[in-house]
Amino acid sequence: MTHTDVTTERFHLALVGAPNSGKTSLFNALTGSRQKVANYAGVTVERKAGAFVTPAGRQVTLLDLPGTYSLRGRSPDEEITRDVVLGKRPGEAAPDLVLCIADATNLRLTLRLILELKRTGRPLLVVLNMFDIAQRRGVSIDVDAMSAALGVPVITSIAVKKAGVEELRHRTDEFATNMPAVTAGDGWTPLGLSEMKTLQREADRIIRETVTMPSKPDTLTTRVDAVVLHPVAGLVILALILFVMFQAVFSWAQPLMELLSDSFGALGTLVAQVLPEGIIQSFLQNGLIAGVGSVLVFLPQIIIIFLFILLLEDFGYMARAAFLMDRVMGGAGLHGRAFIPLLSSFACAIPGIMATRVIDNRRDRLTTILIAPLMTCSARIPVYTLIISAFIPAETVWGWVNLQGLVMFGLYIAGIGSALAASFVIKFFMWRDYQPAPFMLELPDYKLPRLKSIAIGVYTRAKMFLQRAGTTILSMMILIWFLASFPQAPAGAEGPAINYSLAAIIGHALEPFFAPLGFNWQITVALIPGMAAREVAVGALGTVYAIEGGKEAADAIGQALASKWSLATALSFLAWFIFAPQCASTLAVIRRETGSTKWMVVTFLYMFALAYVASLITYNIAKAAGLG
Amino acid sequence: MTAHPTASETSVHELRLGNAPRGFIGTIVALQPDIAGAAESGHELERHLLEMGFTEGARVEILHQGAIQRDPIAVRVDNITIAVRRREAMAVVVK
Ligand SMILES: Nc1nc2c(ncn2[C@@H]2O[C@H](COP(=O)(O)OP(=O)(O)O)[C@@H](O)[C@H]2O)c(=O)[nH]1
Ligand SMILES: [Mg+2]
Repeated sequence: MTHTDVTTERFHLALVGAPNSGKTSLFNALTGSRQKVANYAGVTVERKAGAFVTPAGRQVTLLDLPGTYSLRGRSPDEEITRDVVLGKRPGEAAPDLVLCIADATNLRLTLRLILELKRTGRPLLVVLNMFDIAQRRGVSIDVDAMSAALGVPVITSIAVKKAGVEELRHRTDEFATNMPAVTAGDGWTPLGLSEMKTLQREADRIIRETVTMPSKPDTLTTRVDAVVLHPVAGLVILALILFVMFQAVFSWAQPLMELLSDSFGALGTLVAQVLPEGIIQSFLQNGLIAGVGSVLVFLPQIIIIFLFILLLEDFGYMARAAFLMDRVMGGAGLHGRAFIPLLSSFACAIPGIMATRVIDNRRDRLTTILIAPLMTCSARIPVYTLIISAFIPAETVWGWVNLQGLVMFGLYIAGIGSALAASFVIKFFMWRDYQPAPFMLELPDYKLPRLKSIAIGVYTRAKMFLQRAGTTILSMMILIWFLASFPQAPAGAEGPAINYSLAAIIGHALEPFFAPLGFNWQITVALIPGMAAREVAVGALGTVYAIEGGKEAADAIGQALASKWSLATALSFLAWFIFAPQCASTLAVIRRETGSTKWMVVTFLYMFALAYVASLITYNIAKAAGLG
Repeated sequence: MTAHPTASETSVHELRLGNAPRGFIGTIVALQPDIAGAAESGHELERHLLEMGFTEGARVEILHQGAIQRDPIAVRVDNITIAVRRREAMAVVVK
């Protein structure tokens, strides 16, 4: 390729390396906030692309590929890495240069990967990262000798400091000005077992010749692990970390969430005052502002959960949590890494599903995504509280247990139990032929997280959430508002306007279907706006029973329900909400994260079936017990 | 530069890493991946173990084990730590 205008021709770089070698840190250092997180089409793998400009003004696109120890392509993530490197991924430019990131304190496995990468014919640049830690520990590396032995240029870097990154930009320019003709990808075949062993022997030889290891290993990690991985102390520490995390999610986020919801409320009221009564006012207040507001209030929780997850990841604790929980989760056919995402789902399934990105195996990740909405999210709390306080007496049973609290606890347990059971069933029926991913995980040395990298991570997740709220969720809200508002009530009509709407027509039409559950048409109607977010069902019940004041009047709604519903109906309603498939934003996020509509439909249908059966059983048992 | 014993000269204290107790220190003699019940079978498991550094001659030490049935185990392989289930570790012959 001859010289062309450096400013117009994009240069493609890809980061390849073992997990925890510092790819994401380097990616963040090079691109700052100029990054875009999305999915590869059709697969559940995160695609992170960013851009930066070299000193010579060259526009560079950088891909942060999933971490891997080989080009074997054992999981979809590793397949992506392999295909991009080979230039075989449709829709992805073949990288002009592959940056192999190696942890300088831990070279054995990465050097073998580098030798494997070399055989693809793709131009390589080896980056010995974490050079600061290597120096501190007394690891000395003869960089020139290593470069000669590998036959590939080698530079050192400290991804978490600006200095190490500057050289990379210069090197990119240098490389791009005399780019060799590339003949990569063709004729590449996967390594055989004996070739792997040969490459590992060669890697070990290069390490012997160019690296001097200190006699003492990282004692800090060893000492911390003695406590953190202790069978008893380790579980206690994990429980403590989770306790703090949930305190944070529920109590730190609370003031911010109230502020947000009050602001949206005030905005709605303002619109109501400024605009004349009518369709436009109703659309802005009830459709747009209330609808988007009800989702945006979860932003503080999402930020806090991701803050914790990213911090724990960067510390190197996540792999330890997976180690501690693997057997417990394994009993239900789940991977140890599914633990944190499922816990996050107690706050809201959306960040939980987004957090499944830490699970690298696609099927394990899909199972986790499918069951995450069964964990009792905070949006169910308003519904549970309303029904429990209206129907369950505040009695003390067995001398010391509060009955209302007990029912609440039971609802949580029912959620967890059904999630575990669902996972078991999914594994059994859908993927029986499939061998579960073996649990083989490197436990990296502990490291101090870098604030900037964490901040960028949280920022990108928050941005993604906001973009979604602005598109998918917004259109859902508009649809639901439309159903609840049209056609409008005729002049002088009795009762609330929603009774004349499409929602009511649908509610009446669906009533026979829901009647076996003990649901009357008002409940059926309330389930429709509840599609937007589960807690909206509370307000919707208020609307259909013509109670003024919305959420503030929860007591009034409770009293109305207590006089109009039988206990059997109330219990059936609770059972419905344990499963409650109707959360548009969760369904939308499942579609986005799995890259397919199919899994969204599957989730909806299976949760719907569970909800229906659970309510049916609950209602009939309660009626038989004389509670009807 | 150690010479690896061939299969015929079975040394006295050979055992499977998956059966070794916590605190065990030894050297990998061979990978014999055809074990029942492993998540991956045969070549794939051997390849996977090789990728994680379980090569003949590597020094291994069992640092930690889980609370339930002493599973999984955290193994120091040369200078890195790998968490692995005992089932898969059965493929690793150590002495
Ligand atoms: N001291 C130091 N820490 C680093 C360096 N590069 C990455 N880290 C830390 O190593 C951990 C893992 O890095 P990350 O970029 O997430 O690795 P990835 O899995 O390859 O994306 C994080 O805690 C980083 O802060 C470095 O050059 N020096
Ligand atoms: Mg990363």
